[in-house]
Amino acid sequence: MAFDYEKYIRPGKLPHIWCPGCGHGIVMKGMIRAMDTLGLEKNNTAIVSGIGCASRLPGYIDCCTLHTAHGRAAAFATGVKLAKPEMTVILVGGDGDGTAIGGNHFIHACRRNIDMTYIIMNNYIYGMTGGQFSPTTPHMHKASTTPYGNPDPSFDIAKLAIGAGATFVARGTAFHANQIDKLIVEAIQHKGFSVVEILDDCPTTYGRRNKFKSVIEMMNRLKEVAVPVKAAEKMTPEQLAGKVLTGILYKEDKPEYCSEYQKVIERAGGAAR
Amino acid sequence: MGKKVAFLQGNEAAAHGALYAGCNFFAGYPITPSTEVAEVLSAELPKIGGKFIQMEDEIGAMAALLGGALAGSKALTSTSGPGLSLKQELIGYGCIAEIPCVIYNVMRGGPSTGMPTGPSQSDVMCAKWGTHGDHPAICLVPASVQETYEEVIRAFNLSEKYRTPVMVMPDEIVAHMRERIVFPEKGEIEVIDRKAPTVPPEQYKPYDTSFGDVPPLAAFGSEYRFHVTGLNKMQDGFPTTKAAVVQEEEERQVRKVEGNVDDIVKFEEYLLDDAEIVVVAFGSTSRSARYAVNEARTEGIKAGLFRIITYWPFPEKQLLALAQRGVKAFITPEMNLGMTHGLVKGCTEGKAPVLGIFRVDGEPINPGQILDKMKEVK
Repeated sequence: MAFDYEKYIRPGKLPHIWCPGCGHGIVMKGMIRAMDTLGLEKNNTAIVSGIGCASRLPGYIDCCTLHTAHGRAAAFATGVKLAKPEMTVILVGGDGDGTAIGGNHFIHACRRNIDMTYIIMNNYIYGMTGGQFSPTTPHMHKASTTPYGNPDPSFDIAKLAIGAGATFVARGTAFHANQIDKLIVEAIQHKGFSVVEILDDCPTTYGRRNKFKSVIEMMNRLKEVAVPVKAAEKMTPEQLAGKVLTGILYKEDKPEYCSEYQKVIERAGGAAR
Repeated sequence: MGKKVAFLQGNEAAAHGALYAGCNFFAGYPITPSTEVAEVLSAELPKIGGKFIQMEDEIGAMAALLGGALAGSKALTSTSGPGLSLKQELIGYGCIAEIPCVIYNVMRGGPSTGMPTGPSQSDVMCAKWGTHGDHPAICLVPASVQETYEEVIRAFNLSEKYRTPVMVMPDEIVAHMRERIVFPEKGEIEVIDRKAPTVPPEQYKPYDTSFGDVPPLAAFGSEYRFHVTGLNKMQDGFPTTKAAVVQEEEERQVRKVEGNVDDIVKFEEYLLDDAEIVVVAFGSTSRSARYAVNEARTEGIKAGLFRIITYWPFPEKQLLALAQRGVKAFITPEMNLGMTHGLVKGCTEGKAPVLGIFRVDGEPINPGQILDKMKEVK
């Protein structure tokens, strides 16, 4: 039987705003499958986003949804989670929203290890504003504000998250659709701050400026560069050159923020929730 | 048994006023001269099962505040000038998404880093015009430790009643001086909570104006689920660019405050009945003004004090009535370069001269300065 996505979709809110060929819809479907696998209760689930194409996702999902300001999703979500630790809180957004204007909130959410899951759709570009370079646009690639090639080096979001203290970090791609929900399920189940980076495509503002002739070519590129962590173990550095690791990249058990704050309440002699 | 009395600093009183009002969530970032509010609440909130979080920056603090408030908390943040500038982005979010919360801002010298430990009254325009776009603004300016306690409670009440961010702005002198404070008994001061929805969950709309200009607000994690955005929105909370809807919603958001000025505007009239010279002052400056008025009276000068307690909405109607009744002059002493002066000139329609005393050197305005200005009035 076909999977019933409508279970978690708000009636009357589709079609979505994303361009043909954009991978955000693939990620949204993966997220919905993950929510279904975990049996997440709609009233007890908050989906929080910032600004950008990917950040429009919460509007389509039938939960408590919060479309905040540019870059601020992690900080708003921290407030929701701290006030109601019993809620499942999922953040969604893009690379510019999360790692440029929202970079400070992102690394501190990682550091606090607060029990939320951040799904970052990394399409290497500011799509909504028409294709300006982002912190993940590769060096020398073209964007509307790097007509001579991008002079900036780029962030590795997963490494950034691990370095900042996130205790679950995974990476998938929009091509490997069947892996997305599995990564998100594990991320939500993990107690602590989990980051799932999904390498995505933006044919409209990134692909056409960087010699991708079609969406298929962009998807094939994601297929070619992705190497599962297990497979990488058997590969030489030469073989791994230009490749991107996918799967669960990092996992550790560390004290979670809301649980630690509950201990503060107990030490202060306050009422247990 | 008598009432509980203490000797408190303005900032400490603000924290205790918040607790009286039912505050159970604080998000902030350290900044002089407001940090004591955070310090007191970091100790007090966990005792009642409340939440305190020190965020990574001022913007993050404002964001966490709004998130906590949407999850049903009564939320407070404290800051000062530079922090208020940073918070403006999300104060606008709170206004358009209609999220109740209280911002306590201690006024220090500015612009920029200015004089972190010097008093000022130069953030009052920022309270209304700091965030972009049209939006409602409520700003309260207490003049004593006792009043700081009470105005913080009133700020929570107005915020919950009108579903909008409310600011309390003592100057640094009020925030850091110590005075006797008498704590009200439980129940002595009314505490207002936001109107909760009564409709079945499937009928709930977060901006349903069939309940009036202030629609009931549900909490995330309750039986109601809904969408919140910083985009112009329809009654169901989803974005719209439909001209008529945007116009009506923008007007309603401002009308919540501008249509209820008599409920929100608070002021004190001191010796105004026969006053020919009216000093219009607020915060610590109003204490110098009161002293100057008393001195003037002993010298036969008919002076009085109009003390602003609600700065926004500005008490335009009351000041115009005074001007129309006939006064020789208004005097506006303030620790800025004429913010209140301009407002008083505007609302009194040229019916009387408005003389300013402006000080931005980090020193308080003393009664002698005000008395001297009174003597200039012909």
